[in-house]
Amino acid sequence: MPSLKDLKNRIASVKATQKITKAMKMVAAAKLRRAQEAAEAARPYAERMNKVLAGLSAANAGNAEAPLLLSGTGKDQVHLLIVATGERGLAGGFNSSIIRLARDHAQKLLAQGKTVKILTVGRKGNEVLRRSFKENIVHYVTFREVKQLGFVQADEVAHKVLELFNAGEFDVATLFFARFQSVISQVATAQQIIPAKFGGDVSAEPTTASSALYEYEPSEQEILEDLLPRNVAVQIFRALLENNASFYGAQMSAMDNATRNAGDMINKLTLSYNRQRQAQITKELIEIISGAEAL
Amino acid sequence: MADAFNFELVSPERLLVSEKVTEVVIPATLGEMTVLVNHAPTMTTIKPGVVTVKLASGQVNKYVVFGGFADILPTSCTLLAESAVPASEVTRDTLQKRIETIQAEINKAQSDEHKTKLEQFLAELTHLNGIVVPA
Repeated sequence: MPSLKDLKNRIASVKATQKITKAMKMVAAAKLRRAQEAAEAARPYAERMNKVLAGLSAANAGNAEAPLLLSGTGKDQVHLLIVATGERGLAGGFNSSIIRLARDHAQKLLAQGKTVKILTVGRKGNEVLRRSFKENIVHYVTFREVKQLGFVQADEVAHKVLELFNAGEFDVATLFFARFQSVISQVATAQQIIPAKFGGDVSAEPTTASSALYEYEPSEQEILEDLLPRNVAVQIFRALLENNASFYGAQMSAMDNATRNAGDMINKLTLSYNRQRQAQITKELIEIISGAEAL
Repeated sequence: MADAFNFELVSPERLLVSEKVTEVVIPATLGEMTVLVNHAPTMTTIKPGVVTVKLASGQVNKYVVFGGFADILPTSCTLLAESAVPASEVTRDTLQKRIETIQAEINKAQSDEHKTKLEQFLAELTHLNGIVVPA
C-alpha cells in the first residue's frame, strides 16, 4: 500500500506528463495544418505532371527506344525499396506501420530469390531496418536539420535514386510512405516509381487522342527524357509531404490519447489518495475517542 | 483588346498564378516564345529565364523560373516550373547561390552529357544574373 506521500508524488508526476503530452498535441495540430496546406499546394503540380506524362507515355507505348525510366530495364531481379519514415517517434503506429509494410515486402521479395536494396529516408526507419536488413541498406538520408520540407530535399533523394538507376544498380523501385487520409487515419502505402506507372485515368481521358495533335518543342522523345527524372523527384516530394502530414496527424491523435489516459490515471490516483486520507483521519479520530474513553 | 485565356504557373511547392491573361512570354528551350489565345497545342521545355505575364486587366507581372515545361492549349497555358519566384523577390544573392550549387554539381558530374547540360544551365543562369537584377 503506497503511503500518502507516494500517492501525492505520483499524481504530481502524472500531471507533469499530461502537460507535456498536451503541449505536444497542440504543437502537432499546428504543424499538421501547415503540413496539410503544403501537401495540398503540391497537388496541382503532381496532377498536371501525371496527366502530361500519361499522355506522353501512351503515345510512346510499344516504342522500343522509350527511355528506361518508363519501360524499365526489362528485368525484375533487383528491387530498391525507398522507405520514408519520420525523424522522430511518439507518433503512435506511424513509423512502425510503414516499416512493417516495407519489411513484409522485402521478405516476400527475398523469398522469391530477388535481390533487395533499401534506401531509407528518415532516422526512425533506418534505426529499425538496420537491425534486420543491415547489409541491404545502400543509402540513408536524414532531414533532421531541415525545418521546412522543400522540393530541394526531394530532389536530393531523387538524385541518389537516379544515380543508382543509371548505374544499373536496380531494376524496380518502390516507394513506401504513409498516405494522409485524415487526422485519425494514415495508410502505409507502397508505390512503384521506376519503371513509372501512371494513374488509372489514362484511358478514361482522351489524352491519347489529343497528344497526337501536340507540337513538341524539342522532340517528344527529348521532352519525355527530361520529364521522367523530374517525375521521380515530384513523386518523392509528394510522398514526403504526405508523410509529413501523416506524421503530425498520427502524433496528434497519439498525444490526444496519452493526455486522456493521463487524465484517467490522475482521477484514479486522486480517488485512492482521498480514500486513504479519509481512512487516516478516521483512524486518528478513533484513537482520540478511545483514548478519551479510557480516562 | 485581345481575348483572354487561362494561365497557370505551378511550382512543386505551390500554385503561383492562376489568372486570365492576354499574353505570356515563355523562355522556351529553343528560344523565347509569346503565347496568345488560340495558340496551337504545344508542349515545350523551358530554360531558366523570365516569364512575362500580361493580365487581362492590362497589368504586367514578371516571374523568374528555373527550368520546367509548358503545356499550351488554344484556351489555356500551364507552366510547370521546377522552381519559380516573382521577379521582385529575386536578388543577386539567391541567384549566386544557385549558380554555386550548379557549379558544385558540374564538378561532381561524371558523364559528359550530363556535364554539358549543366554547363548550359549555368550559362543561362549567369545570363539571367546579368539581366534580371540591375545591380
